[in-house]
Amino acid sequence: MYSEIIMAGFGGQGVLLIGKLLAYAGMKGGLEVTWMPAYGPEMRGGTCNCTVVLSDRQVGSPISRSPHGAVVLNLQSIDKFEPTIRPGGIMVVNTSLINREAVRKDLIVVPVAANQIALEAGSAKATNMVALGAFLGASGLVDISLVKSTLAETFAGRPKIVQLNHVCLDKGFAIGLTYAAVPAGR
Amino acid sequence: MAKKLMKGCEAIGEAAIQAGCRLFFGYPITPQNEIPEYMSGRLPQVGGTFVQAESEVAASNMLYGAAGAGCRCFTSSSSPGISLMAEAMSYIAASELPVVFVNIMRAGPGLGGILPSQADYRQATKGGGHGDYRLLVLAPSTVQEAADLMMEAFDLADKYRSPVMILGDGLIGQMMEPVEFKRHIEPEDLPSKPWATTGADGRAPNIINSLYLNPEDLEKHNWDLARKFQAMASEVRHEIYLADEKLDVLIVAYGSVARISRTSIDALREKGLKVGLFRPITLYPYPAEALARAVELADRVLVTELNTGQMVDDVRAVVAGRRPVEFFGRVGGMIMSAEELAEHVERIAAVPV
Repeated sequence: MYSEIIMAGFGGQGVLLIGKLLAYAGMKGGLEVTWMPAYGPEMRGGTCNCTVVLSDRQVGSPISRSPHGAVVLNLQSIDKFEPTIRPGGIMVVNTSLINREAVRKDLIVVPVAANQIALEAGSAKATNMVALGAFLGASGLVDISLVKSTLAETFAGRPKIVQLNHVCLDKGFAIGLTYAAVPAGR
Repeated sequence: MAKKLMKGCEAIGEAAIQAGCRLFFGYPITPQNEIPEYMSGRLPQVGGTFVQAESEVAASNMLYGAAGAGCRCFTSSSSPGISLMAEAMSYIAASELPVVFVNIMRAGPGLGGILPSQADYRQATKGGGHGDYRLLVLAPSTVQEAADLMMEAFDLADKYRSPVMILGDGLIGQMMEPVEFKRHIEPEDLPSKPWATTGADGRAPNIINSLYLNPEDLEKHNWDLARKFQAMASEVRHEIYLADEKLDVLIVAYGSVARISRTSIDALREKGLKVGLFRPITLYPYPAEALARAVELADRVLVTELNTGQMVDDVRAVVAGRRPVEFFGRVGGMIMSAEELAEHVERIAAVPV
């Protein structure tokens, strides 16, 4: 299993965090992982992004020209990354901020109104968690319990934050499950 | 000890702490800022001292003093900052002091850009500073290896009483990977350094110096140093990946580019091409003998680096015309994708030998 996933959005949406959570969960699940942030010209045009590689063997390149999956939280990110995803890959689309349909017909598109769901659950700041949950539900790449336990450890002294994030992960997960497919990657 | 997910820069900092280092003198520059940031938080926790110097020149000379006083110490910088440290490197080598330098390479020359490069290979391996001296240069390819080599760097610096450099780049520095720290040593358990300036009460004073005005003395000193640098040959290290059989193409790469090469090789192997990797780990001393043996098994050699061609000169010297040696590089902070590198290998493999 070798899977390259891109998380993309604008700075402040927490895309780097959900990338780290995915990487942590993968590591806890016994996988080889890398997390690589974009910190240069790729950030021009408003997209903040990171690449996570999950593998059952040593990870080579931590960056990918053609990822197996993507979580895109804003319009600029879907514009930039939709063309790059491998055929059959999963693309989680935040429909709260992305007002167009996917152009590709050969992807598993998971639309989720992440901002709206997060707001209803208690805070739009957890938009990223809804999107991550949707990706986990659709891909089955990593057990959601590993992500939840990592969150709980990270925010150990703040049970309300943990609770909110878990709720948002679950809501996203439930949506993602309805699009569940063969796990992304070979 | 459980593995932690850490940035390369942070892992390097933690490795220094685990190696008993309690002094860091540095200066900010992207993409290694996480090292001084990490040390500024960590050192007070273990009773150490963190100093942000007024410049890289100052930081590198503070190392001279700390090392002269017998303490494990290191600094980190990136390319332009390393250039500022060149004079101090020469003085430190000449005065036979153990110091670790970390270069998280960025694109140059000049102020350049903040993205990764390997454009300081020549600077690191051919001296950087003036005079007849060498740096022992270690090039990690993963965050775990960066941590391991960082710990070893202190041991090697002490063993040879000479500066050691960890040559990384912005990719290794910024990426996160699982890492565990396999060893731990407290400063009080480090071997003593009877040559250090720790206070001359009850013994003859020690002198740390690089000035030898008498040419006969300086001549002897230079040959003594040269023998020491030659003795470092026993530390030579490399790794191969699928390169122990007959190959269409042997890729020679180090650091980040080596790991990108592995992804290319896996894809090419699925297509039936016989490709392998030779990865130097010590860049000085260079694993020339091992490289020569690996080259014998290949029809062609491709050297790939994030520069306009630096290590390729050393590879050509080793190959000495026995095989065609091609070069593929990306520069300016652009990084080759595994696919792009694989396309290049396919093109080369298609040329009959």
